[in-house]
Amino acid sequence: MKRQVVARTIDVAPGHCKIVSVNGREIGVFNLNGEYFALANRCPHEGGPLCAGRIIPLIQSDGPGTYRLARHAEFLRCPWHGWEFEIRTGQSWCDPKSTRARQFDVKVESGESLVKGPYVAETIPVSVEEEYLVVEV
Amino acid sequence: MKVPIKGGIDCDLHPAQPSMTALLPYLDEYWRDQVVDRHITRYSFNLTSYPPNSPLSARPDWQHDASSDLDAIRRQALDAFGSRYAICSVLHGAVALFNEDMSMALCSAVNDWVAKELLDREPRLRASILVPVHNPERAAAEIRRVAADRRFVQVLLFAMGDAPLGRRIYWPIYEAASQLGLAIGIHAGSTYRHAPMSSGWPAHRVQDYVAQSAAFEMQLLSFLAEGVFQQFKSLRVVLMEAGFAWLPHLLWRNAKAWRGMRAEVPWIDRSPAEIIREHVRVTLQPVDTPKGDAATLAKTLEHIGSDRMLLFSTDYPHWQYDGTDALPDGLPEAIVKRILIDNPLETYPRLREGAQISDNASNSKEAVR
Amino acid sequence: MNIPVRHATTAAATKLAIVDCDIHPAYRKPSDLYPFMSARWREHMETFGEHLRQGLSGQLCWPRMSAFGMRADAFPKDGPPGSDLELMRRQHLDPNGVEVGMLMQLSKGGMEERNLEFAAALSHAINDWQLETFVKPEPRLRAGLVVPQEDAAFAVSEIDARADDPSFPQILISPRSSDPLGHKRYWPIYEAAERCNKPIALHVQGYPGGHASTGSGWPTYYMEEHYAATTGMQNTLTSLVFDGVFERFPRLKVVLIEGGFAWAPALAWRMDKHWERMRKETPHVKRPPSEYVRQHVWFTTQPIDEPDNPKHLAEVIEWLGWDRLMFSTDYPHWDFDDPLHTFKFTMTEAQKAKVFRDNAKALYGLP
Repeated sequence: MKRQVVARTIDVAPGHCKIVSVNGREIGVFNLNGEYFALANRCPHEGGPLCAGRIIPLIQSDGPGTYRLARHAEFLRCPWHGWEFEIRTGQSWCDPKSTRARQFDVKVESGESLVKGPYVAETIPVSVEEEYLVVEV
Repeated sequence: MKVPIKGGIDCDLHPAQPSMTALLPYLDEYWRDQVVDRHITRYSFNLTSYPPNSPLSARPDWQHDASSDLDAIRRQALDAFGSRYAICSVLHGAVALFNEDMSMALCSAVNDWVAKELLDREPRLRASILVPVHNPERAAAEIRRVAADRRFVQVLLFAMGDAPLGRRIYWPIYEAASQLGLAIGIHAGSTYRHAPMSSGWPAHRVQDYVAQSAAFEMQLLSFLAEGVFQQFKSLRVVLMEAGFAWLPHLLWRNAKAWRGMRAEVPWIDRSPAEIIREHVRVTLQPVDTPKGDAATLAKTLEHIGSDRMLLFSTDYPHWQYDGTDALPDGLPEAIVKRILIDNPLETYPRLREGAQISDNASNSKEAVR
Repeated sequence: MNIPVRHATTAAATKLAIVDCDIHPAYRKPSDLYPFMSARWREHMETFGEHLRQGLSGQLCWPRMSAFGMRADAFPKDGPPGSDLELMRRQHLDPNGVEVGMLMQLSKGGMEERNLEFAAALSHAINDWQLETFVKPEPRLRAGLVVPQEDAAFAVSEIDARADDPSFPQILISPRSSDPLGHKRYWPIYEAAERCNKPIALHVQGYPGGHASTGSGWPTYYMEEHYAATTGMQNTLTSLVFDGVFERFPRLKVVLIEGGFAWAPALAWRMDKHWERMRKETPHVKRPPSEYVRQHVWFTTQPIDEPDNPKHLAEVIEWLGWDRLMFSTDYPHWDFDDPLHTFKFTMTEAQKAKVFRDNAKALYGLP
């Protein structure tokens, strides 16, 4: 595993992504409320450029015809087939179990109210060293 | 293949329609007067979908005079297949009238006629409640009225009508059904409020009939997308005379599509394939895998991915098979009892009430005459 | 935003050169068609515009899940996805090894236009535009000849005029027609297609042809409407069979594009069963419907089905016939299928060769 500086922290604003190239591989670096995460820019479904997709909230519902947003800017929608992935873990999400929950507490560990989808995007460890973002590939 | 055990539950049987004259005693005085005065007694109210003399509508050896209908049902459907129960659905054309008042009056009369002339006289019969969909609140009231008679186990709707059946305007019907433990039975047939195809009106009846499967598919999509099964968690929908070989593709396609479209319908809380397997049932006729091809049947059942969905039916007197070969050849033994008995009992909880349901009867291997 | 481009190394991994049977070109703006239209119709387009069978102007009544229903990474700097040939080459034709790509132009071709004179002008213009903008500059591309099926006489004249032009290897009409496509009034089109030995291509359409999307009315959500394109295709096929089109035109070929394929064996069995029961109604259908489907109909792969058990899809293709299926990507739409990742079960080399290339080459007479 090699550590490599890919960007400065100020290059990736909260709620945004920067796609960088490391040894010929494309990686998307995300800023989630000051925490940084990185995903391979390759959707595990059919290989699409996952990190070029929109950063989205989690869309929930309390029943037919009702809509609620939670966990803003924590999810990614693949620009090809529109599947949703949790940026933190790369986990595809498509089976939210409970629509009865009135509120989704952002402190809740990921996965509590959601059933996992069939694919996981590749996560890449990223850390902050002073004003730089460093990935391990 | 013949039905190998007694005690099966026939989930799609069609009594002959009562004549308008036969319905007169079941109408209030205003409608009695109107029906006679306007010569409505001359009309048979046959649905376009089932012309009485077409090969589909009545198998030649099952044709009989309307006056001997109950006797024919007993001999040719109940006795011949050794059925414990048969659920009657009268496909009465009153639903196709535009006048919602007249439509409801006639449907109501049909329901009362069924109770008195069929259910009272033959203990093996159960029935669907016929309602028009013009006014869902009124339909719900009629459902509640008739459902007091526990021999009614289902609400009868048609595959092609005014609007997709999952629409929220129809939810009073599902609320009533759900509360009363009734299944929603959607039967092949159309009131032709719309062209049968999205490209218009085909020339032939056979095309309209083949197109029923596409209509059933879109009805399932409607129930799914509108969130009917999230709103009514115990609701069961039975597709009658729909075929089933088209199911796997529908499940696969919509499980996949939902992953990208979840944002539009976020109340769908798990895979459409799971939802449909849980809430939807399909009567056996017509068996739409190739005749005599056990391997293809087995594969199709595997692709469907559930042994809970199929419900035995004879579809008497429609012509879907010959003799008493109501079961497809090569139907795996393990699934025979499920289809004949277990799945129907599970789908229609009212069947478990009152009557003597002996577990021994379902185990009987006595040959059926 | 970076526009990701597959590298040359991934192209090398695509050992097979493919025929992509469904690529969507687009014009930058409607006025791109003006050079190919008379002044009278330019003015008509600017003032009255298209006249379609739907409530909204210039947009569909079920908004798609993504911008214009396109892949988010396929937008060039200037114009909609599919309008930039250079991007199409870089992003798709080159890295995906596309040896031949079949263009499907879906809008402003007159298939859905209520004013038939305008429809004729649009159709002629869109075909000229495809030729000049895509086919001539890019030898890998071919265009579907767009004709308005509701005006059979004009459609035939357009087909005949380009009968010998290999730039147009197939004829594109809408399966959301105003009558089921088996109707006799469309037969001159099939006669012309048979005459010049070109398949009829039916690509799923967003614009209604004058009837509700289902036999029970209009769907509420796009999730439903999306699937109505498939049931519509099933019904169109039913009409072609039972109206005797394949019996009357024994050399006619039909391609169903983007309508799915895994439903086809079940529909063929269903048609067979009821044809047998009600044969007297359609004596002109002399053979079981499944035979006509097997001989006259081809299907494109996208959007591929993804059963939990990928083997199940292979089983369905066995029923359908490996020679019936032709690979397509639907570039640049959102539910694009990448050729490297489309099939989740292992195919034999022979199966790959058929689906990704040879079936299409045989059907379209490609070198």
